[in-house]
Amino acid sequence: MDQSEVMERVVKILTPWVKDEAALANVSMETNILEDLKVNSARLVDVVIAFEDDFDIEIADEDVDQVNTVGDAVNLISSKL
Amino acid sequence: MSATGRPRRVVVTGLGVIAPNANGVADFELALRKGRSGIKHQESMVEAKFGCTVAGSPEGVDELCQSTFTEEELLAMNMNHRYASLAAIEAWQDAGLERPARDSDEVDWDSGAILGTGIGGMDTIAEKVVPLTNAGKVKRMGSTSVEQVMASGISARISGQLALGNQVTTNSSACSTGTEALVMGLERIRAGRAERMLCGGAEAASHYIWAGFDAMRVLNRNSNDAPEKASRPMSASAGGFIPGSGAGVVLLESLDSALARGARIWAELVGGGVNCGGHRMGGSMTAPNPTSVQRCIREALADAGVGPQEVDAINGHLTATMADPREVASWAKALEREPGRLPPITSTKSMIGHGLGAAGGLEAVASVLMVARGFVHPSINCEDLHPEIEPHASSIPHELLELPDLDVLVKAGFGFGDVNACLVFRRYKA
Repeated sequence: MDQSEVMERVVKILTPWVKDEAALANVSMETNILEDLKVNSARLVDVVIAFEDDFDIEIADEDVDQVNTVGDAVNLISSKL
Repeated sequence: MSATGRPRRVVVTGLGVIAPNANGVADFELALRKGRSGIKHQESMVEAKFGCTVAGSPEGVDELCQSTFTEEELLAMNMNHRYASLAAIEAWQDAGLERPARDSDEVDWDSGAILGTGIGGMDTIAEKVVPLTNAGKVKRMGSTSVEQVMASGISARISGQLALGNQVTTNSSACSTGTEALVMGLERIRAGRAERMLCGGAEAASHYIWAGFDAMRVLNRNSNDAPEKASRPMSASAGGFIPGSGAGVVLLESLDSALARGARIWAELVGGGVNCGGHRMGGSMTAPNPTSVQRCIREALADAGVGPQEVDAINGHLTATMADPREVASWAKALEREPGRLPPITSTKSMIGHGLGAAGGLEAVASVLMVARGFVHPSINCEDLHPEIEPHASSIPHELLELPDLDVLVKAGFGFGDVNACLVFRRYKA
């Protein structure tokens, strides 16, 4: 799976939790999940579960702590595929 | 207290309902008038080998949710949240109030909510919390289980939907929950601590909620092949209640606020009362102390300044258990009426089953509709009256009763724990 496909699926998974639609429309690898997309920080655990289910991977808690941007998520997921 | 020394008047300006026989106030009124049963066969109860396999469960709720909530909100809303929020938003909009924008920072400090539930997020506990915890997969629960199982989840949810800044809480007193919520809202507005309170109750449709009642053998297991005939309050062939679910919410508002806004007024809530029988004098965890029932009715009437002879209609608790004859006797005693003189007495549960924590809210909506429109809905499935209720036969409407002069209607709810709540509604007069 190439990076653009992972990116596309990550954005799709994030979409229900995104509060800033404009930021979502201009999403890039540098987009910050909490600050730019305004995802409620409490819901990050739900996003991670959705990543795990969608990509059939396991994500450790300490890995989650390193994810700030969409790119961080894409790279983390890609490393486990 | 107002400047006149009398308590501030409290009126009903909004109604919202998600019921087994109708969603929305307009269709609910139609259903009540027609005596439409919402009791249906429930496969989940068959699979779990219940004795009773019929229940009242709202339909069409998913479609309503899709058009009312965002995808993110729905990910964190179990059935109890969905029913309560839909009914509360309907009541709010029915009162002519705007649903605020989600990104607005304005808080309505004068509006609050007391939305009760009897058993709460049992479906979330049964389907998510317990299996995932037992499987050692706690992490898989995600972030939304606490807000769905905490008792106050339903009121907290609506506070976020409507930016409510006054008291927001959830009461719980078993089957008197929704009725009690209105009494609490009445007291708060009278005290001048709020202008508007969304009050009522909700309960999910879940066989996990109903299971304990089936185990107690208090559900009717004799009418599984005739669901619409299964809920039989006041009937000689009543074999227990039929579980129901949904939500009923009433927007209570100070008369001052309602008049200042030019709001449509459905009815006035002139009084209310709550008490407990102390599990004495025949009362217990599961049975009401008749003396406390009568006191509760009398205290509500006294609070309303209404004499027992002024009551024009009764919406009883009347569940279809062996408590019905005792309840009817208590009404006759509290209202000082001989057989044949009791005002029309009806049971909304005959159509929708027993909504448990939602019952008081659902039946308060029915009560307000009856006062506002001047009718008493039929109490269905009691053509064969219980012999002890037979002397009051002339007071029990089997068909729709148009009562254009209906002025005062009393609604009561009684619950496990020997708790009682009573409301006195009156047609609004300036």
